[in-house]
Amino acid sequence: MLSRVIGWIDQRFPLTSFVKRELTDYPTPRNLSYWWNFGFLAGFVLVLQIATGIFLAMHYKADVNLAFDSVQHIMRDIKYGWLLRYLHSTGASAFFVVIYIHMARTLYYGSYRAPRELLWWTGQLLMLLIMASAFMGYLLPWGQMSYWGAEVITNLFGATPLIGDRVVLWLRGDFAVGDATLTRFYALHYLFPFLIVAMVVIHMVALHTVKSSNPSGINLAAKDNIPFHPYYTSKDFFGLGIYLIIFCVFVFFLPHLFIEPNNYIPANPLVTPLHIEPEWYFLPFYAILRAIPDMLGGVVAMALSVVIFAVLPFADRSSIPGGAHYRPVFRVMFYVFIVDVLVLGYVGSQAPIGFLVPLGQIATFIYFATFILLPFVSKAEDRWLRARGLPPELQALFEQRPPREKWLRK
Amino acid sequence: MSESKQLASPERRDFLEQATVAVGAAGVAAACWPFISSMNPGTDVLEQGTAEANLAAIQPGESLTVSWAGKPIFIRHRTPQQVAAMQLTQGGIDPQDDRARTHQPQWLVVVGLCTHLGCIPSQNNEGWLCPCHGSVYDNSGRVMRGPAPTNLLVPPYKFVASDKIVIGEA
Repeated sequence: MLSRVIGWIDQRFPLTSFVKRELTDYPTPRNLSYWWNFGFLAGFVLVLQIATGIFLAMHYKADVNLAFDSVQHIMRDIKYGWLLRYLHSTGASAFFVVIYIHMARTLYYGSYRAPRELLWWTGQLLMLLIMASAFMGYLLPWGQMSYWGAEVITNLFGATPLIGDRVVLWLRGDFAVGDATLTRFYALHYLFPFLIVAMVVIHMVALHTVKSSNPSGINLAAKDNIPFHPYYTSKDFFGLGIYLIIFCVFVFFLPHLFIEPNNYIPANPLVTPLHIEPEWYFLPFYAILRAIPDMLGGVVAMALSVVIFAVLPFADRSSIPGGAHYRPVFRVMFYVFIVDVLVLGYVGSQAPIGFLVPLGQIATFIYFATFILLPFVSKAEDRWLRARGLPPELQALFEQRPPREKWLRK
Repeated sequence: MSESKQLASPERRDFLEQATVAVGAAGVAAACWPFISSMNPGTDVLEQGTAEANLAAIQPGESLTVSWAGKPIFIRHRTPQQVAAMQLTQGGIDPQDDRARTHQPQWLVVVGLCTHLGCIPSQNNEGWLCPCHGSVYDNSGRVMRGPAPTNLLVPPYKFVASDKIVIGEA
């Protein structure tokens, strides 16, 4: 019976062949480590955020007079409302943990390199969309941190030359963050996840065209691929189990780690909290904003620090495949960059006084210097490694390899 | 998979696989529960599950409509003649004794929603007439003419004083 139903569908829609091509028989490198789980995890987090978000939206009211109370109503009156909200608020942080690890893996293993440039760039767009969603969602509880966060971030657009004031006014629809701002942020916070879903589909189409990278960085021959199912479905679901254990610890025992106490005070446009800082996932970028002692310069530097990852496929000029596996200098650069981002995060979380000011400026310099130096360092490293002699598996690869362009087209 | 043919007992692997899928499916079902449950009335809504009504001001022959759980409740102070007339009959389509429908014979308390499709019947001397599809109820709230299938519902209520009732608690 079932096979007849599926046969009926297959004559009208490529169901079986699609599942076979993209899932059960999808060729996947057999040497993927657990660092390759995070794309799947990001997809899971997205689904959970959308599900909890839709159910929260059934009880939330986007009105300056009702928003704060409606969140408390969800927490106190709605059955499992506390769970839905803590899943959603913790899920926002979890989303950034997962995509930052996903990005760090891409950097370390050079997964952004040809032919995966579009895969990398669609991922960049996803990150921007997720950042925008997180920022707009943070306004909705209408607490003090929500309000002042939105006030400060919308003011950033005031740095736009000539029309800055009007841009800010347009963004808010009000002279300060107000009812119009809250309502539009809510509308867009509901819209953006579906844009993210669409972008994820594009990201997946790009992935399934160029296939997964792998820790060696060498494109594996067909005999080194294994079907995605059951090998990576089981590996992904095992990783999901580990993820859920950690995630649930935060949801059930530490939910307030990601909610500022100040946000339990209703928004007050007449009082700014003494210490105001963004959510942890924006801290490095926030530190870069503060490191530049000029409004427009700071805003440009911060925006640049987010989008600069897009240049990596061009900036990395090595001919050695992959990332850090065969490239010791690149590996050092990677770790310097990660430590630098952590330093920036720390600086962003502290009040800008004393040695933290120059520290933030040095870390900002290193952040951008990494990207600027990469073309020269990667080329020099390439020459040095070749002169020193490549490991046999790479040597064999270079001897078999047709000229670069032809190899890429294949 | 060629290796599976060499397994001593491949059914053990099948069992493990099916058990894993079953546990996973149970986990997903359990995780759905909070989502579905959150759509139930919240505690603030459930708090509206009782309503007090003061009967002192209702003269014989008059009635009062109060709101309970979002529904209109008809409280009718019946005259002795009406009570006597109602206690003589068993109603029409859905026969029921009038004594089973009241706690005190002069006070009739019914949910003011037609049992057909939920319109609010309008009152007259003989009982109620539903404006939507013409159902007729007598002074005991019993249906005398369709299309309504059953009598007007008697909500759970109790007298907390001689002239005060609480609706929603039996």
